[in-house]
Amino acid sequence: MSNPVTATNGAQFAGIATVADAGLQGMITLRGDLSSSVLQAAVKAATGAAVPAQRKIEISDNGAAAWMSPDELLLLVPYEQAVAKTAELAEALKGEHALAANVSDARSFLSIAGEGARETLAKIAPVDLSAEAFKPGDFRRSRTAQVAAAFWLQKDGSFRVVCFRSVGAYMFNLLSASAHPQSAVGVYTA
Amino acid sequence: MSTRLAKQGRLIDRSKQIDFTFNGKRMQGYAGDSLASALLANDQMMMGRSFKYHRPRGVVAAGSEEPNALMQLGSGDRYEPNQRATTTELFSGLTAKSQNHWPSLEFDVLSINNKLSRFLTAGFYYKMFIHPRPLWKHVYEPIIRKSAGLGEAPDNELKDPDTYEHFYFFADVVVIGGGVAGLQAAKAAAESGAKVLVLEENKHWGGRASVDGGTIDGEEPEVWIEKTLDALRGMNNVTLRDRCMASGVYDHGYVLGYERLTDHAPGQGGPRHRLWRIRTKQIVTATGAIERPLSFAGNDVPGVMLAAAMRDYVVNWGVTPGQKVVVATNNDDAYRTALALHEAGVEVVRVVDARETGGGALMEAVREKGIRVELGRAIAKVKDGPRVTKVAICAQNGEGGAQEEVEADAVAMSGGWSPVVHLWSHCGGKLNWDKEHAFFRPDPARPPLGDNGTGFVIATGAANGNLGLGAVLEDAAAAGSQAAEAAGFPAKAVASAKGVSEAETAMEAVWLMPAKADIKLRMKSWLDYQNDVKVSDVQLAAREGYESVEHTKRYTTLGMATDQGKLSNINGLAILADSLNSEIPQVGTTTFRPPYHPISMGAIGGEARGEIFQPVRKTPIYDWNDANGADWEPVGQWRRPFAYTRSGESRHDAVNREVKNTRENLGLLDASTLGKLIVKGPDAGKFLDMMYTNMMSTLKIGKCRYGLMCSENGFLSDDGVVARIDEDTWLCHTTTGGAESIHAHMEEWLQTEWWDWKVYVANVTEQYAQVAVVGPKARKVLEKLNAQAGGGMDLGKDALPFMEWRDGQIGGFDARAYRISFSGELSYEIAVAASEGQAFWDALMEAGKEFNVMPYGTETLHILRAEKGFIMIGDETDGTVIPQDLNLQWALSKKKEDYLGKRAHLRSHMADPDRWKLVGLETTDGSVLPDGAYARGNGVNANGQQNVIGRVTSTYYSATLGRGIAMGLVKHGPKRMGEVIEFPGTDGTIYKAKIVDPVFYDKEGEKQNV
Amino acid sequence: MLILECPYCGVKAEETELGAGGEAHLKRYGPGSDDDQFHDYLFMRENPKGVHFERWRHSNGCGKWFHAARCTMTMEVFGTYSAQTYEPPQEIKDKITAKRPGWSWREFSDASE
Repeated sequence: MSNPVTATNGAQFAGIATVADAGLQGMITLRGDLSSSVLQAAVKAATGAAVPAQRKIEISDNGAAAWMSPDELLLLVPYEQAVAKTAELAEALKGEHALAANVSDARSFLSIAGEGARETLAKIAPVDLSAEAFKPGDFRRSRTAQVAAAFWLQKDGSFRVVCFRSVGAYMFNLLSASAHPQSAVGVYTA
Repeated sequence: MSTRLAKQGRLIDRSKQIDFTFNGKRMQGYAGDSLASALLANDQMMMGRSFKYHRPRGVVAAGSEEPNALMQLGSGDRYEPNQRATTTELFSGLTAKSQNHWPSLEFDVLSINNKLSRFLTAGFYYKMFIHPRPLWKHVYEPIIRKSAGLGEAPDNELKDPDTYEHFYFFADVVVIGGGVAGLQAAKAAAESGAKVLVLEENKHWGGRASVDGGTIDGEEPEVWIEKTLDALRGMNNVTLRDRCMASGVYDHGYVLGYERLTDHAPGQGGPRHRLWRIRTKQIVTATGAIERPLSFAGNDVPGVMLAAAMRDYVVNWGVTPGQKVVVATNNDDAYRTALALHEAGVEVVRVVDARETGGGALMEAVREKGIRVELGRAIAKVKDGPRVTKVAICAQNGEGGAQEEVEADAVAMSGGWSPVVHLWSHCGGKLNWDKEHAFFRPDPARPPLGDNGTGFVIATGAANGNLGLGAVLEDAAAAGSQAAEAAGFPAKAVASAKGVSEAETAMEAVWLMPAKADIKLRMKSWLDYQNDVKVSDVQLAAREGYESVEHTKRYTTLGMATDQGKLSNINGLAILADSLNSEIPQVGTTTFRPPYHPISMGAIGGEARGEIFQPVRKTPIYDWNDANGADWEPVGQWRRPFAYTRSGESRHDAVNREVKNTRENLGLLDASTLGKLIVKGPDAGKFLDMMYTNMMSTLKIGKCRYGLMCSENGFLSDDGVVARIDEDTWLCHTTTGGAESIHAHMEEWLQTEWWDWKVYVANVTEQYAQVAVVGPKARKVLEKLNAQAGGGMDLGKDALPFMEWRDGQIGGFDARAYRISFSGELSYEIAVAASEGQAFWDALMEAGKEFNVMPYGTETLHILRAEKGFIMIGDETDGTVIPQDLNLQWALSKKKEDYLGKRAHLRSHMADPDRWKLVGLETTDGSVLPDGAYARGNGVNANGQQNVIGRVTSTYYSATLGRGIAMGLVKHGPKRMGEVIEFPGTDGTIYKAKIVDPVFYDKEGEKQNV
Repeated sequence: MLILECPYCGVKAEETELGAGGEAHLKRYGPGSDDDQFHDYLFMRENPKGVHFERWRHSNGCGKWFHAARCTMTMEVFGTYSAQTYEPPQEIKDKITAKRPGWSWREFSDASE
């Protein structure tokens, strides 16, 4: 019975980049031994993606696996399937020391697209976001202004940003301020 | 008078006239003017009054080192004080006001301080105002606040309409300064392949070279500058930023750049300032040099100016500060000013050169123009007044006698040059004294050290003590290559451009003019214009025993504040060294601190203002709460409703209504903020037994247990209900503020102490919206929801007993129900997916109508728990309280060998029977005890203070009981039941309270267990 | 503002991504320890001018604790390493010895002495 809603409920802002609520996204926190073949198979089955290398995200047609730490992945699956996939993972990893938790509703998920995407993010995160340093498939956990966040770069040059749901509105307002239409720095182009 | 020249002015566009106002007077300038050059063009030499003596002051410099021409700019919400006229670009509609005077710039009442100046010496304030103490607050401080200080503070009711931002940038090499040295260094570094960022504080590139002349690669410097800029712009590994000042160099290659985006065009939109937060492997400081004033009497009279600054005004902006100019110098460079003035048609009355033998080719060139040059001579004094009128000239090597007086309306002075070493020194770069040039220069053997232990700053050009274009450019090319190599790029020798400038003969250090000036002259010889410090002040400080340069600085205020030693430093040190019969290198220099030049608070704050000043954490029910009367209370970064006030209702009434309704009917609490941590793994039980004081490993699946956490020090840190989910999984509830910190606490122990234990922790706090459904009708409303949905989990007394949990569906929502109670009532805490939280809340509110449902806030939560004697972390605990103090011994496992805090509880102070313990408190008259009040004991302590025997930790009006109730920690409290103790209030009232059991309501716990 | 390389995720993180966690390589004393041992474990900390070993957490990053060896005077970082060890790796001790001959810190020191 449900009509689930995101914390930012479809919000959008257009400036030097377009900042938007990226909608409901199934997310599963998976902790375990990333070198285990059982875990790797379970990740593949759940997401279609391989276990990513350090600070990378592996994206498949209907899911993704992102590197959060040496013993933690963030798995992306369709929102409606998150509960079932979490249970499947738990089942598949029964003999392993691992923890799979559905965190789809604990997160806000936003996108930054357009020419000013790199600059928008570079105003709030202490990360080298130049084209040489940050490439599609790169995944980073860091600080965005005053909150923790994770972000990655898609092939199309847009970023996806994940933060806690409670600060979703803050993040949207923060990114919108960073993307002010007259605030292009002029050092990074898409 | 100062006027606009008919020709000259390489930076101004005479076709674009700009209107502005100064002290309400309309004036005109040109596009490209600075406010200072435009004021001079309007014959406005006097630009302010000094800090302490309120002496008339004019502009002295042409750049950011300007100490005098501080302005109040703009009006209303864009008003800003203390802005330098020299770094303010002129724009149409600019309004400027001079400051530090009353009632007007020309007539200032406090200029009486000038007459009293012999009483207002260094240390005057320290000596005068220390006694008697009471006078300070009511007499001295108000007077000083009125008379001292610079511009007026902005109106605190107005909000700055501009926005600001930060920008993180990473480079291999940052070149600070866009003069010819900076450009040459940048080119060399960039050709090695390094990613280079060049910061220039002004709008214009090229620094002084275009004004000072000479040739680069056989052409005018301007030509080379343009070519080099074009080349750099064409390289994709180079970023050039103008109007962007490097304000500080910090540890490990961190540089702050202060970019002024719209100061020259207010209101054009977009951020006003951008603070660049730069991390780089190497830094090249090509920050040039600053000319030093000469210390002669009246060297602060408006019209006395640095020689190079005067040249800048003539060449760059086509204005001359005077019609008859005396040039005073101890070096060859000032002759360039004489030549520039002569070429502009300004009469140079004299060049007074303190050197007996004078200068070289430049001096000859000046003589050839028919200008009178006097050697071994000095300025004895400039006649006091609002403007230079007369200059007395005497022998340098004397006391100031046998003066010749000449008429002049401006003086150009040059005491030599000081490399701008600030950015080299900010992070610890050391200096050497260069006797030949009488300046401190960077010691390349002792640079600031980076994270790898090697130097990360290279000074170059004039900032490295090089004078003359040839040496500057060669040094800069080498610095650029060296920086790139140090940043990890293959060494590449880059050919330097060839610079040629007039050869100069040696300067001669002149610290006082004339050398043996008498006290009357010394008392009018300024060292630090901005802080009003004179030669005589520094000498006095030395006589009074302030031998350390850092002490003298503070005693006299020399080089403090925004000057940061730019103009005053060397001259002050020289006077101090002389007074101490020491040498300058022995006396040393004061510490250069960032920022190099003041930066705006807005830039520092960046985007953090208004709605995003700080993150506000919102639960899924936040918007509903906000729309339904929530009176918000900050709890950490969360906002929680304190109470839901109805129209016309006071907060107090709302709380009483919520309390009574929850006890009698049905209350809903948005409990989503409570921390929820999943702890899983084969060793999870063992781990939780270490984390909690009580036993968690034995908890049965499906059951809940209240647990306490202590720090290793034994003090209570958190509490909450733990649920056993399955064989190797537990879910731990923490306090609202504890979710992140307890998660981190668990991770810390797992990662750094018991790293071989197989346990994983995940913070799932925000996955759920959690609603406490509380009151006698709690079960009824949930069962109604299930009935409406055609089924759901069995919530009956036996199916879901007290202190158990179940997964299932409630009203069609996937939910987890915990049968726990923090109120003493029948209570369920229901967790649903956060994304469905609002829908679930709505369903409860709708179904609850017939049961008279009401939401309740944190104050009601507190009162309900206090009526039951339940403790609250942060109220009953404050980081010094142990479980035993709160009579929670039952929660301290005796079976466990170890848990965090166990060893600490054995320490003698923890086991002390005199520790204050938790009791209930009832006022004898039913009133409410003041929060935090202390109970009076007998006698006084060693400090003569009243002994105390306890304090109030929680106190409320209980609507249930119709009286005040409280909890407190009291010495021997549990043994003193029935005793009445006294709590003096801050209002003078003595509150009397009886010590009682802390459980005020439903002592047997019947209500929650139905 | 310092930068330290997180040995777990390879990020050269600036201080705003990190949390400082005090002295490294503390030995925990629990029940059974005497008062002096427990007191020292709780309260006594090194405060050297020079070589120091500290705990840091990549709190706005991968969340992992790690150790850092650095000089408190010059801010030089000799290296960062796993938190799951009882003593600094030999490689880091050697590096410190090369740069600060004769160094010592608690029970660790220049092995060549």
